[in-house]
Order: sequence, then C-alpha cells, then structure tokens
Amino acid sequence: MAKFSKKRGKSSPAISTASLPDIIFMLLFFFMMVTVLRDSDLKLQVNTPEATQLTKLDEKSLVNYIYIGRPTQQYQAVYGTSPRIQLGDKISTVDDIPLFLEQHKVKLPEAKRSRITSSLRVDGEVTMGIVQDVKTKLRKSNQLKINYSAGQRTQALD
Amino acid sequence: MAKTKTRDRMNNEINAGSMADIAFLLLIFFLVTTTIAEDKGILVKLPPWSDEEPDITKLKERNVFSVLVNAQNQLLVRDEPARIGELRERAKEFIMNPTRRPDLAEGPRNAIISLKNDRGTDYETYLAVYNELKGAYDDLWNEESLKRYGEPYSEEMPFAQRKAIRDDIPMVLSEAEPTNFGEEN
Repeated sequence: MAKFSKKRGKSSPAISTASLPDIIFMLLFFFMMVTVLRDSDLKLQVNTPEATQLTKLDEKSLVNYIYIGRPTQQYQAVYGTSPRIQLGDKISTVDDIPLFLEQHKVKLPEAKRSRITSSLRVDGEVTMGIVQDVKTKLRKSNQLKINYSAGQRTQALD
Repeated sequence: MAKTKTRDRMNNEINAGSMADIAFLLLIFFLVTTTIAEDKGILVKLPPWSDEEPDITKLKERNVFSVLVNAQNQLLVRDEPARIGELRERAKEFIMNPTRRPDLAEGPRNAIISLKNDRGTDYETYLAVYNELKGAYDDLWNEESLKRYGEPYSEEMPFAQRKAIRDDIPMVLSEAEPTNFGEEN
C-alpha cells in the first residue's frame, strides 16, 4: 500500500496541452479540405427519392444543378404551390435553362466541356410533366449527360 | 546594462495558449458550413434531340419489353399489370432468355426495353422503375464479368473488357414521349 501512495505523490498532475493546437489544426485542415461552401439558397422543397444503382459524381466543378420541387412555406406567397424549377439561386422557367447552361459552360476550359453533367435534384412527389419539359429542353440544348440525384436505398422494394 | 537587465527579465516567448481557441473558432466555422454529403445519382445519357419523328422500324414483338407507368403509378409490363419489385428479375429473364422461350428476346443484342410514362406519374415511381431496369443491366454485366474475368463489373476494369461486355449485352432503354392524361399541379 505504501508503494502506491508514494508513486502517486511524486507524479506531476498537469497534462501538457502544448500539442492541443496541433491536433485542432489538423482537424481544421481536414474540414477545410472537404468543405464546399453552400452556393445557392434553396427556395424549393426537395426530397430526392432513393435508389440503388448509384454513380458518384466526382468533379464538382463540372456539375450544374437543376432543382425541381414545390416552393417552401416562406416562398409560397410569391411563387405559389405548384412545382417550380430553380437554377442557381433563383426560381426560373424551362426557357431559362439554355442560358443557365451556357453561363456554366463558359467558366470551364474547352477540353472539359464535353464532360459537363446536369444533376437533376427533383422532389419525389413531383409529377413527371415538369421533369419531362426539363429533359426535353436539355436535349434541345445538347446537354445529354444528366444525373438523377438520389439517396442510397437500404430496404428492399415490395 | 540596465537595458539587458530588463530584456533578461522579459519573457521572450509569445503565449501560445490562445492558439487553441483561435483554431477552435475556425474549426467550428468549417464544421458548420461543411456539407460532406456527396452527390450520388443515376447517371443517364439522353438521346440527342431531333425534330423528325422517330423512324418506326419494324421490331419483332418478342424483342420489345414494354413498361408503361400511368398517372396512378401503376405498371403495365408487356400488357399485364406488374409490381416494381418483380421488374428486375423479369427484365433479366427477358434479356438473357436462358430457357430459349419463344416469347422472350432472341438474344441480349436484340433486346429492347421501352419505357413510357404519363406526365402525371410521380417522379419517385419513375425513378424506381428506371432504377430497376438499369439494375437489371448492371446485374447482367456483373454476372458476365464474373464468368469471363472472375471479377465484378466496375469502372476500374480495363476499357477493352468493359467494352466487350457492353457489346454483348448492350443497354438499350428507349423512352417514349409520355402520354398526357393525368397531369396535376
């Protein structure tokens, strides 16, 4: 017994916190790397459906996003309740899509332009009519690579 | 001499104790603004737009696997009602036709899947159907790849191997212009 108490008395109680900033900085750099600052404020309610055959979109700069859904509560007074399209941060119509695609395209080097993908983030409750109009417009604008954004489904279908 | 004395007395090190606080502040900022959720989805290549009516070449009825989805989200597969859950297995059987049935596709190269929906179909249902049809092809490619090369089909495989499989089982999924019976807004 005497042995134990002796040891405890000798050891210094304070843990050095000198390396704490280093650890925090490491975490900081990790999060700085993975961060994508939210670029557009979503005015629509978009809950993408779930699927299993998913592909990951790797290069974020080559992707443009088209949102389709019903306006959220605070925008219903302005935009109504029927499904709308959002390009960038404003509510648009199908006729604005070619310009939107062009604006995204000119920012990229020419060699990469053929790899541009349009990611359609569509609410599951929306009917296909508006989605079809967008698809037709994309085909007419010669933007043929599209991605139906979806989450990973875990349970089986009925 | 007095000068050196004061310098000696001064503590030359900057106090780094608040460094952690600053780092924490930045860390919390980035934690809050981070969206790690990566974008995943079903990648689709649309056919180019053409103003002419699609040329209706005579296709043998046995080679076409027609899937219709109406505005009530009900499925009609080859003129019979069906459930989404059975779609994948039926599509796979249709494409490969392992038992050489006369009413299924002549071979995977001849098989065509035709998908038609209504403007009133829910996007969720449409995507589930599309997912199953794509899944049928993905499964077949996987099986073929395992049989030939002993590894599952993936993007990391050599291009020639992928092409060989996709030439033998080409994915032909044609989407017809939707009907317009049940659009609501």
